[in-house]
Amino acid sequence: MWTPLLEHLVPEASTYARDLDRLVDLIFYLVGFWFVLSEAVFFWLLWRFRKREGHKAEYYDGSEWKIKRWVTYPHLIVLVFDVIIIVGAVRVWYEIKQYLPPAEQTVRVIAQQWAWTFVHPGADGQIDTADDIATVDELHLVVGTKYHYKLEARDVLHSFGVPAFRLKQDAIPGRVVTGWFEPTKTGTYDLQCVEICGIGHGLMSARIIVETKEQHAAWVAQHSTVAVASNSGARATGE
Amino acid sequence: MAEHVAPAHHEAHAHHEESWVRKYLFSTDHKIIAMQYMFTGMAMGLIGAYFAYVFRMQLAFPGISVPGFGLVSPAKYNALVTNHGSIMIFWVAMPVLLAAFGNYLIPLMIGCDDMVFPKINRLSYQIFLISALVLVASFFVPGGGFGGAWTSYPPLSAKGQYNLTPLGSTMWLVAVGLEFVAFLLGGINFITTAMNSRAPGMKLYDVPMVVWMIVVASILFMCSVGPLLAGAIMLFMDQNLGTAFFDPDRGGDPVLWQHLFWFFGHPEVYVVLLPTVGIVAEIITVFARKKLFAYRTVLYTVFGTGVLSFTVWAHHQFIAGVDPRMAHIFTVTTLLISIPIAEMMFIYIATLYGGSISFPTPMLWALSFIATFLIGGVTGIFLGASGADIYFHDSYFVLAHFHYTFFPITIIGFYAGFTYWFPKMFGKMMNETLGKIHFWGTAIPVNFIFIPLFITGAMGQHRRIYNYENFPDLANNPLFWQLSHIATIATVVMLAFQVVFFINLFVSLRSGKKAPKNPWLANTLEWTTESPPPHGNWAELPRVYRGPYEYSVPGRKQDYWPQNEPA
Amino acid sequence: MSSVAHAAHSTRPIANTRSATGMATGKLAVWWVVASEVVIFGGLLASYVMHRLAHDAWSVQAAHTNTWIGAFNTMVLLTSSLSAVLAHQAAEHGDGRKASNLLWATIAGAATFLVVKAFEWTEEITHGFTITSSTFWSFYYTAAGLHATHVFAGAILMAFVAVSARKNLELHRVELIGIYWHFVDIVWIFLFPLLYIAK
Repeated sequence: MWTPLLEHLVPEASTYARDLDRLVDLIFYLVGFWFVLSEAVFFWLLWRFRKREGHKAEYYDGSEWKIKRWVTYPHLIVLVFDVIIIVGAVRVWYEIKQYLPPAEQTVRVIAQQWAWTFVHPGADGQIDTADDIATVDELHLVVGTKYHYKLEARDVLHSFGVPAFRLKQDAIPGRVVTGWFEPTKTGTYDLQCVEICGIGHGLMSARIIVETKEQHAAWVAQHSTVAVASNSGARATGE
Repeated sequence: MAEHVAPAHHEAHAHHEESWVRKYLFSTDHKIIAMQYMFTGMAMGLIGAYFAYVFRMQLAFPGISVPGFGLVSPAKYNALVTNHGSIMIFWVAMPVLLAAFGNYLIPLMIGCDDMVFPKINRLSYQIFLISALVLVASFFVPGGGFGGAWTSYPPLSAKGQYNLTPLGSTMWLVAVGLEFVAFLLGGINFITTAMNSRAPGMKLYDVPMVVWMIVVASILFMCSVGPLLAGAIMLFMDQNLGTAFFDPDRGGDPVLWQHLFWFFGHPEVYVVLLPTVGIVAEIITVFARKKLFAYRTVLYTVFGTGVLSFTVWAHHQFIAGVDPRMAHIFTVTTLLISIPIAEMMFIYIATLYGGSISFPTPMLWALSFIATFLIGGVTGIFLGASGADIYFHDSYFVLAHFHYTFFPITIIGFYAGFTYWFPKMFGKMMNETLGKIHFWGTAIPVNFIFIPLFITGAMGQHRRIYNYENFPDLANNPLFWQLSHIATIATVVMLAFQVVFFINLFVSLRSGKKAPKNPWLANTLEWTTESPPPHGNWAELPRVYRGPYEYSVPGRKQDYWPQNEPA
Repeated sequence: MSSVAHAAHSTRPIANTRSATGMATGKLAVWWVVASEVVIFGGLLASYVMHRLAHDAWSVQAAHTNTWIGAFNTMVLLTSSLSAVLAHQAAEHGDGRKASNLLWATIAGAATFLVVKAFEWTEEITHGFTITSSTFWSFYYTAAGLHATHVFAGAILMAFVAVSARKNLELHRVELIGIYWHFVDIVWIFLFPLLYIAK
């Protein structure tokens, strides 16, 4: 099993990351084929038909099949390749954006100028209850758990981007957007705001901490009874 | 078909004693207006390039004072990238490719004496100039220039309390609106002149490809900008009158702006692509001494692209919170639009087959357009495929893709057209050696700017961030900084080589070899008049007998056959 | 087609007198202007319709537009389009004086439209229906306002044409301003049901 190109650059830390990476590979090789072929033919023609003493250019009006087929056939094959890519794209899109598996846990992700607030379920395992844990710029997740995220924006457009999950979703003020992910690797990953949101856009960095069940339980226990100092009043009120 | 055969153009205009002001500042001559657009666009290009230098320096060496600018704060960074993008598209690509080349070439290539409405033509430039001045003025007002990206999404762009540039954002919007009006006016001239004022004997399929391209581009522009102009009025009112068109707290919808913007924004990329594609057609046929392969097919692919371009816009909004099912429609239309473009590129490559190719500077530029734009085109597939776009959206991969399309379109296209028509425009030949040095110093470094950015984008580098030190997964990766440094150094090198162009420009204008009427031995009508053409273009307007690409016709001694030569 | 007096227009390029399509250049240009304006208004109205469909509550606000005034203004504009058509007819027959009179009648219709609208808006604003009171009213004033701007600009241009026509000059422009006027009329034909009837 070969390593997808993207995995060389960014770890695959969610269940659908591998599928997206495979799609990118598919596109890379199909498109790369055409790219290399076109450039090679192009440069070869420049060399082959460079101006030389005693050689006059030929005259074609576009009806000559012997040349035209070199345009028509590639053009049809490009169409076939496009269809293959469309099928691949639709499948990955459906898996990440349209399909919504039942949630094992839910987290709220609240974006504002210029910080991320996260609301985690507390020890009772339920979101929007009294023991929820709110943090700023740190999202704690349990590996191997299917999460729903409920994404909000308080002021302007923001966007929830996690390269390691291969996930992105714009946050729109006035709406709650629901999506899903399932982390597959423990570790700490960047979370980015991927929609320009003002002068602090470059400050909206957050970290996602994917931990084991035990680590997470310990974190919950530690935070449930202690007021989180960095909680800037962004409690979810159960919309 | 009603036709007037042109009598000898009478010098009834008492223009011989025109003051310098009347002749250059308030001229209605399409060639002068073209130069006004050209040089205004070039000046704005210098400003846009300077901004790129500044922010690339900040990105590679964050927090260090940039020579020639100073420290780049987050607010300044946002203003720099916003105005770099806006300037390059609206105040460089559009005026240079569409207005300058369109104004200069259309009357000359279809064999008439001027545009049909010279005064409206002049008005369109004046409005354009005002728009440029308003934009530049916006950099100096309290709060500074607008920093909400060239896409200007509300609510950020609608409220001063969010963007902190209340005056700058309104001025930016007014500048863009005025630019739209200028181009709407200009477009009427281009379309009407090309449709109606062709030389006797010039049938539709005898029209040079660049003229067709500019006309189709103008039609695309006129049909797509309307909704955005309406949107701009609404955004202006949100900014200044307290309306809530895009304010979700009071019943508005921020996503509406995105639809209005991209409904225009996508056809807009073809509006700027088409003129360059036309310029390249003119150049490669001349320097390969070959007829354009399948003229009509090229036209049909252009029409097809134009129509399809109205059906793809929401690929910019895949993850914007629109109904996920919409993504399927737009991924299909977006990937399908690659087909007519691919066909056009294949036909251009086929035109080289069997040619007798020489490589003066204009040809080098035209060929590098094909080689470089191919990269931009194929990388678009990663973004048009909805599933893959989830990862690449708002990353430097997108940025590298659109620079691999826009750079060939705007910069390579400009240099191709400028070096090719310079002899006709100014009556002098450009220096070939300087031209070639400039070419290699531009066309090679550009790859070292943007290939690294494809990779950093694939590494997850997201856009419009003034300092990546805040993002550990990138900041702790040495490869990220190495690539960033390469991109910045290549930017500085490439910008430095543009000095060679300006040296060439001044040297050639002052003491270049005198240009004959037809230095390139080309077929199209502009080469049948003086270099530079007089007011009115010809003493006697030409008649046309054949198409524009009859090169190397078998049985003829000369390997070219001008359109106006009787059979 | 009325003839063009070259001598009086020495600055008109020969390009302007050609007609490879068979349609006069001025007419071709006006149609392109109309096409681009259609897209501007189309975008605005499409946005309005999408918003309206998503916001049922708008019908509460829309109930307050005055359908009688809207209907009266519709009649005024339609009548003015009629006088514009008759003006064109007169111009075709070379009767510049008559064309000019009919154009001034059209302008009078435009003025009536604008005056009635001024009263209408004053009523609405004093009753608290301002441009910021709800998004329905934002669209109402923006769409009708953009239209009114085109009525006003069109009336000014028409005045210039009427003045020339009276002297039997530039009679072909009577048709051209007429085309523009019909466009302005048709936009109103869309606005009227959207803003006044759909309640």
